[in-house]
Amino acid sequence: MQKSKVGLDFVEVEHARSVAKKIAGQVQDFVEDYTTVAVERTLCRFMGIDGVDANEVPMPNVVVDELKAKGVLGEGVMFYVGNAMVETGKSPQEIAEAIAVGTLDITKMPVHSKADIDKALEPVINATIDKVRGNRLRREKYIETIGEGSKPYLYIIVATGNIYEDVVQAQAGARQGADIIAVIRTTGQSLLDYVPYGATTEGFGGTFATQENFRIMRKALDEVGEEVGRYIRLCNYCSGLCMPEIAAMGALEGLDVMLNDALYGILFRDINMQRTLIDQYFSRIINGFAGVIINTGEDNYLTTADAYEEAHTVLASDLINEQLALMAGLPEEQQGLGHAFEMDPMLENGFLYELAQAQMIREIFPKAPLKYMPPTKFMTGNIFRGHIQDALFNIIGQWTHQGLQLLGMPTEAIHTPFMSDRYLSIENAKYIFNNMKDIGEEVEFKEGGIIKSRAQEVLHNATKLLEAMESEGLFTALEKGIFANVKRPKTGGKGLDGVTLKGEHYFNPFVELMKGKK
Amino acid sequence: MSEGLYSMEAKDYDKTLDLTKIKPYGDTMNDGKVQLSFTLPVPAGAEAEEAAKQLLKKMGFENPLVVYQKELTEGFCFMNCYGSLTHTVDYTSIHVPKVESTTMDMHECDEYIREHIGRKIVIVGASTGTDAHTVGIDAIMNMKGYAGHYGLERYDMIDAYNLGSQVPNEEFIAKGIELHADALIVSQTVTQKDVHIKNLTELVEMLEAEGLRDKVILICGGPRISHELAKELGYDAGFGPNTYADDEASYIAQEMVARGWK
Repeated sequence: MQKSKVGLDFVEVEHARSVAKKIAGQVQDFVEDYTTVAVERTLCRFMGIDGVDANEVPMPNVVVDELKAKGVLGEGVMFYVGNAMVETGKSPQEIAEAIAVGTLDITKMPVHSKADIDKALEPVINATIDKVRGNRLRREKYIETIGEGSKPYLYIIVATGNIYEDVVQAQAGARQGADIIAVIRTTGQSLLDYVPYGATTEGFGGTFATQENFRIMRKALDEVGEEVGRYIRLCNYCSGLCMPEIAAMGALEGLDVMLNDALYGILFRDINMQRTLIDQYFSRIINGFAGVIINTGEDNYLTTADAYEEAHTVLASDLINEQLALMAGLPEEQQGLGHAFEMDPMLENGFLYELAQAQMIREIFPKAPLKYMPPTKFMTGNIFRGHIQDALFNIIGQWTHQGLQLLGMPTEAIHTPFMSDRYLSIENAKYIFNNMKDIGEEVEFKEGGIIKSRAQEVLHNATKLLEAMESEGLFTALEKGIFANVKRPKTGGKGLDGVTLKGEHYFNPFVELMKGKK
Repeated sequence: MSEGLYSMEAKDYDKTLDLTKIKPYGDTMNDGKVQLSFTLPVPAGAEAEEAAKQLLKKMGFENPLVVYQKELTEGFCFMNCYGSLTHTVDYTSIHVPKVESTTMDMHECDEYIREHIGRKIVIVGASTGTDAHTVGIDAIMNMKGYAGHYGLERYDMIDAYNLGSQVPNEEFIAKGIELHADALIVSQTVTQKDVHIKNLTELVEMLEAEGLRDKVILICGGPRISHELAKELGYDAGFGPNTYADDEASYIAQEMVARGWK
């Protein structure tokens, strides 16, 4: 049994975890009976269907909308496209193109045997599995040969709106010491029920996530990674209405980190909870297989709820998210569970509480590459104080061995980062990480003191919250506003009309091939 | 590096404060001292320093000083600079439009509404358009408020409805009508490429088209919003950084009384 620096009772931790497992299990029971338009579009992409039609509608949408319009989406695209492959001898892409121009109706063909369909699909499926596995091996080989930065990884964002300008910013960031480049998505993309196509140069507050943009940035980071002698990870966002689809695109293009959290979408983007939890399951299977580190968004709870009073909701949610990830075969080593340094800077001893919580989360999830967020809500435009707030956050990141340090910028709340803002932030973090390298191993906390008491209190409260949720379930908890003080109805929000019960012919071979596999 | 600190240059300028000719203050009246930092798209070196100094002179600085430079990536040089500004402005002739209301705290505000309006006032708020940020509207509306200022939901005499983020203008107006809103509050956080201006303008135009504009008090707020900008766009008032729920509640209540609304 590990020894806790903050006096945690690991029996209590395991109890809390077992309750979270039951809560997640109820969600899982629900999820497995359904599919969604996003899951089906993901399968289209895995069959090699790509591109857009004459009206710029992405081909996966063309195929899925066709089945939905005919009321047979529940049978799934694998069944219909596979069957059409047997019937016509065409490739999935050719079939999609024929549907787009209205020359083929795949719902009105004789049904072939499952064995024939499987045989037709096999090479297509194998090509995708090989490609994703290849990307994973490629990353592993890179890390083995050129190496990687030490943890906490320095995570910075680029957000110019133009992928080519993002490349300049990203490469500059990597040269300054960044380990992870996150390309922020354009405002509102999470609510699009399709993924735009091609390279893009226009966006608000960020850049469209497209497969071509992924490819452009991957190439740029490989170049600069070889130059600086460190593998540079690429991060994007598979949250919102296209969760599994973007996971698939990331897997196909060798992304390394993905924001991937249904709870975040429910609370902060008002996405329907049923839809996004079904989407999340498949997206996490894909991320698990692709070796992608997921990030969860619990840090955001503290932007709408009080960071001191509601700290236990972050831990409770992390525990549920951990179980949901494990049920999708995504191992602890890829779970970038989120939490944040977000208390009011004027709070007396706030640093001690933050330190207590960060150490607590570290010990409760010892293998997870925890994602640690800086004080965003309390950035005021006073860039000088903001830089110090970020420094205090960096101290805790190093002290408590966080996995991914999302660097704050002094100019946050003013504009998306200038090239020089990133430099100042990276310099801040590197200075502290080096100067305080082993502080976590050197310093012990006082028995009965503020830090130990706080960590224990947050764990108790999280355990109590989970126990209260066990009988009513996650859906009801979300309806009651347990997380982030935001209430969401089970049948409200965006995207519910894209949810369908699975039919008798339904199959998704990628679940079996990818879940918990390498 | 530190030549400024030990400078022997004569400080022979007038050191008395003249509000008709003010300039920045470092540590001596009228020294005009300013610190700047910026990046030039050139490599670090003496040429970069000279380029920065020339730019500073064009901006109106005397004694430009580059105290630090660092090449961020090939061909981009970051610099910290100081200079003494030669320009002045006449402070006495400045007029900035401000929200003309007295800010009352929550209890005073409730009391004021009870006494002068005699019913609960209805306020509907949202972060509209594609803006996904709820931070601003939550700070104003949520029970808890922000920085010690309770949010509108906590006021006894206010029915506050927070519609959250990414609310289309059509939906916002429809909800305003349905709830018989006295005031609408729009929060805008994302301002890249002036997306907030387009969205705020669209709301005013839609309200005017439906003949509703003068039936509600229309307010916008956000980190890049000023009262002047708000007035320009056709809003009744704008609330920028460091304003809170009590500022907005006080304004709305007093404006309703000024308009004779009951």
